[in-house]
Amino acid sequence: MGIPAPGDAMYRYIVNRLLLAVPTLAGAAALVFILMRLIPGDICVVRLASGGGTFDPHSVDVCHAELGLDRPMAVQFLDFALGFFRLDFGISMWTGKTVAYEIGARLPISIEVALLATVVAIAFAIPLGTISALKQNSWLDVVVRTVAIAGIATPSFWLGIVVLLVILEVTNKFTGSPWMPPIDYVPLWQDPVRNLAMAFWPAVTVGYRYSAVTMRMTRSAMLEVLREDYIRTARAKGLIDRIVINRHALKNALLPVVTLIGIEFAFLIGGLVVTEQVFNLNGIGRLFVLSVQNQDYTLTQALVMLVVTVFVISNLLVDVLYAWLDPRIRFG
Amino acid sequence: MKARKKLLTMGLGAVAAVAVAALPAGAANTPKRGGILTYMIPADAPPSFDGHRETTYATVHATAPFYSVLIRVNPDNPSSTTDFTCDLCTEMPKPTDGGKTYTFKIRQGVKWHDGSPLTAADVAASWQEIVHPPEGVSSARESYFVMVDKIEAPDATTVVFKLKFATSAFLPALADPYAYIYKKEILDKDPHWYEKNIMGSGPFKFDGYEAGQSIKGVRNPDYYHQGQPYLDGFVGIFAAKESVRVDAIRADRAAMEFRGLPPSSVDQLEKELGDKLSVQRSDWNCGNLVTPNHKKKPFDDARVRRALALAIDSWHDAPALSKIATVHTVAGIVFPGSPLAATKDELQKIAGFWPDINKSRDEAKRLLKEAGAEGLTFTLLNRNVDQPYKYVAIWLIDEWSKIGLKVTQRVLPTGPFFEALRNNDFDVTLDFNCQGVVNPLLDVGKFLPHTVYTENYGNYEDQKEIDMYQAMLHEADPGKVRGEMRAFETYVLDTQTHMIMTPWWYRVIPYRSYVKGWKISPSHYINQDLANVWLDK
Repeated sequence: MGIPAPGDAMYRYIVNRLLLAVPTLAGAAALVFILMRLIPGDICVVRLASGGGTFDPHSVDVCHAELGLDRPMAVQFLDFALGFFRLDFGISMWTGKTVAYEIGARLPISIEVALLATVVAIAFAIPLGTISALKQNSWLDVVVRTVAIAGIATPSFWLGIVVLLVILEVTNKFTGSPWMPPIDYVPLWQDPVRNLAMAFWPAVTVGYRYSAVTMRMTRSAMLEVLREDYIRTARAKGLIDRIVINRHALKNALLPVVTLIGIEFAFLIGGLVVTEQVFNLNGIGRLFVLSVQNQDYTLTQALVMLVVTVFVISNLLVDVLYAWLDPRIRFG
Repeated sequence: MKARKKLLTMGLGAVAAVAVAALPAGAANTPKRGGILTYMIPADAPPSFDGHRETTYATVHATAPFYSVLIRVNPDNPSSTTDFTCDLCTEMPKPTDGGKTYTFKIRQGVKWHDGSPLTAADVAASWQEIVHPPEGVSSARESYFVMVDKIEAPDATTVVFKLKFATSAFLPALADPYAYIYKKEILDKDPHWYEKNIMGSGPFKFDGYEAGQSIKGVRNPDYYHQGQPYLDGFVGIFAAKESVRVDAIRADRAAMEFRGLPPSSVDQLEKELGDKLSVQRSDWNCGNLVTPNHKKKPFDDARVRRALALAIDSWHDAPALSKIATVHTVAGIVFPGSPLAATKDELQKIAGFWPDINKSRDEAKRLLKEAGAEGLTFTLLNRNVDQPYKYVAIWLIDEWSKIGLKVTQRVLPTGPFFEALRNNDFDVTLDFNCQGVVNPLLDVGKFLPHTVYTENYGNYEDQKEIDMYQAMLHEADPGKVRGEMRAFETYVLDTQTHMIMTPWWYRVIPYRSYVKGWKISPSHYINQDLANVWLDK
C-alpha cells in the first residue's frame, strides 16, 4: 500500500481520529485516578493485614513511602499522566515489578483467546446468519435463531464451568480417568498442542456468545439488504443466487457486522474476568480484578488506559475497514 | 523330576514370603527419588518473594522450598506445638545467662545456590533484618521479637541471640517459617533484592517464575540434609478459584494444595477419586473472633458484650458447622492441643462456653435487660470471604436472634473491610487471628488493646489486661505460665468480654495418594519446603 501522501483524505482522517483520542485518554486517566482513590482501603494494610497475623505498624509507613502514597495527590496524578504519555506506566504497587512486565506477562493469552474467539465467531456467525436470512421463517431459521438467543442469554462463565464439568465427566466415563485442559500457560511457539489445548475451550465458550450476537446482526442486516432494489435488479438480470449473495448482498450487509466484531473484540481484551478465572487463564481480565481488589492504583490505571486505547484503535480500524468495504464512504 | 522342581519352587516361594514378612514395616514407605510435584497455590500471585516482608501464604507456598531457616517445627512431627529442630544449626541450644542467651552452632559445608559458602554472618544478618530492620526496610514480624536485644556472629559457625528478658515465647518465634536466611553480601548491597529475586540455600533451586501463573524449582544437589530432597523438582500453579483447584486435583493436573479445602469439596473429591485420594486433617492455628466496638454504645458496656458471648452455643453447633465450613474445635484463646490450652472443664466456666445453653441465654437476656439493651439492633461487619467467614457470621446472627437481637451483616472486600476497622466504622466485627507456629504467648497478643497490638480493632484500653499479659510473657516457669494464661483468658473472654471466640478453623488437605512424606501441621505456613516429600509412582 505504501505510506499515504499527506494530502490523502484517509491519512488526514486517521490522524484526526488519533488526535481526538488524546482528550479521550486524558479524560479516562483523570476518571480512573479519582475513582480508584475514592474506594476505601489502603494497599499497604491489605498487603500486611490480610494474612491475619500481626505486623509492625511502622511497616505501613515504610510501605507508603516506598509506593509514593505519602506524596500530594496532584503530584501523584501528574506522575501518572506524564508517565503515560512517555509510555512509562510505573511500578505495580502490589508486586513492585513494572506495570509493563505485569501486563506483558498476561497480554499474550488474552489476545490469543480474543483472536480465537473472533475466528470462531466469524466462522459460525456469518454463514449461519446468512443462511438464516435466506431461509427466513423456515425450520432452519428457527433453529439458528434459537441457538443465537441461547448464546446471548447464557453467561459465558457459566457455560465455561459446564464445559469443564462435561469434559471431566465424559473423559472419566470413557477413559476411566478425568481430563481437564491445562491450567498453566505455555506460549504457542513452545508447545502448540498444549497451548491450544488450554486456549481452545475458553475461545469456544466465549466465541459462542460472540457468534450469537454476530449471527443475529448478520441475519438482520442480510434481510434488509435482500429487500433492496439492486438485489432485485441483479436477480432480474439472471445472475445466479450465489453471486447475488456473495458479491452484492453480503458485502453491504457486513458493514454493521464489522462494527460489532470490532466492539466485541475490544471487549474481549480485559473483559473476560470470570471466564479467565474459570479456566485459570492468566489474562488481563483477571489481572484487572486483582489490581482493583489489591488497590494497586498504578496497575489499575494502566489497565484502564490499555482498554480505552484498545477500544479507540479498534473503532478506528473498523471505520477504516468501512471505507474499504463501501467505496461510497469518504473521509474529508 | 517335575515333582522335585515343583517342591523347589514352592520352597523358594515360602522363603520369599518369610523374607518379605521379615522386612521392616517402613520398607514399603521408603522414599523414592524422582518426579515433579505439581501443586496449586490458592492465590493469584505473591506480592513479593520476600518472606521477611510478607504475611501472605502465597509467598510461603511459592518460595519456602528455596530457602533455609535457622530452626523449624520438626517436619517429621509438624502437628506438635513444641517439637522444634535444627535446620541450619547443628543442635538446639540450651539457653544460658538465666535464659537470656541462645548460642547456635551453624552447620559447616552449607552452600548458597550460587555455590558460595553460607556462614553464621549470613544467619546473623538475616535475623538482624527481621528483628531490627534498617530504615526503609519492612519487617512484618518485627514485633514478635521485642525480647531480642542483640544478634551476633562471633565466628563463622556461631550465632548468638541475646535477649532483654527470658521468655518461653522466643524459641517458637524463632521457628517462624517466614524467617528465610538470606546472603549477607546481597543484603548489604540491596536490602530489597529479595523482594523480586530468589537465591537461597534450601532444598530446591529457583527454576522460573511466570507472573501470576506458576513458579518452578529443581532439586538442589548440594542440599545439606543428606538424601533430600527426593523430588526432582516442583511446579506451583497459582489459582485463586477453588473450583479450578478441585478440578485440577480430580484430573491430576495437580496433586494437592497446601492451604485447605472446605468440607463440600473434600467430600466431592473423596467420592470421585476413592482410594486415589488421601486426606489429612488438623486443627488450624486460625480463628474468627467477634470484636465489639467498645467506642460504640451499648458495646462499651461489658454486660452487653457478655450477653453476646452467652448467646452462642458452640458446643452443640460446632459439629454441624464443621460439615459445611472450615471450623471444628471449640476452644479458648489458646490453640487447642497446646499445653497452654484450657481443658473442657476449665473452658466451661467461661462465658460463652457454659454447658447449659438455656441457662446461658437466660443470663444473656437478663444482662441485656439490666443494661437497657433488650431487642438491640446492630450490624455485623464481615470480610467478603466465603470460608468460613460468611458461614460463621450467618450462624452467629442466628444465635443472637435467640436472645432477641436483630443483627444484619455488612460484607466488604478486604480493602474496605480494613478501612472500616481502622476508621472505627462498625458496631461489631468478625475479625480473624491467623498465626504460624503455635506460640500461645505471642498468638494471644491479638486480645491486647490497640495501643499494644495494632491489629486489635476493639477500641479499648485496659492496663490491667496489659499487666497480666506482660507478667505472663516474662514468666519462665511453664506451670505458672499456664495458671496466668487461664486468668488472662477468663479476664478477656468473661470478665471484660473484650472479644468472643468462635470455633477454631480446621484444615483439611485432600491430596493424590501417590504423594508421600508430607505431614499436615496446624498452620498453612509451616512445613512447606517440600524436602521430605516424595512421589510413589
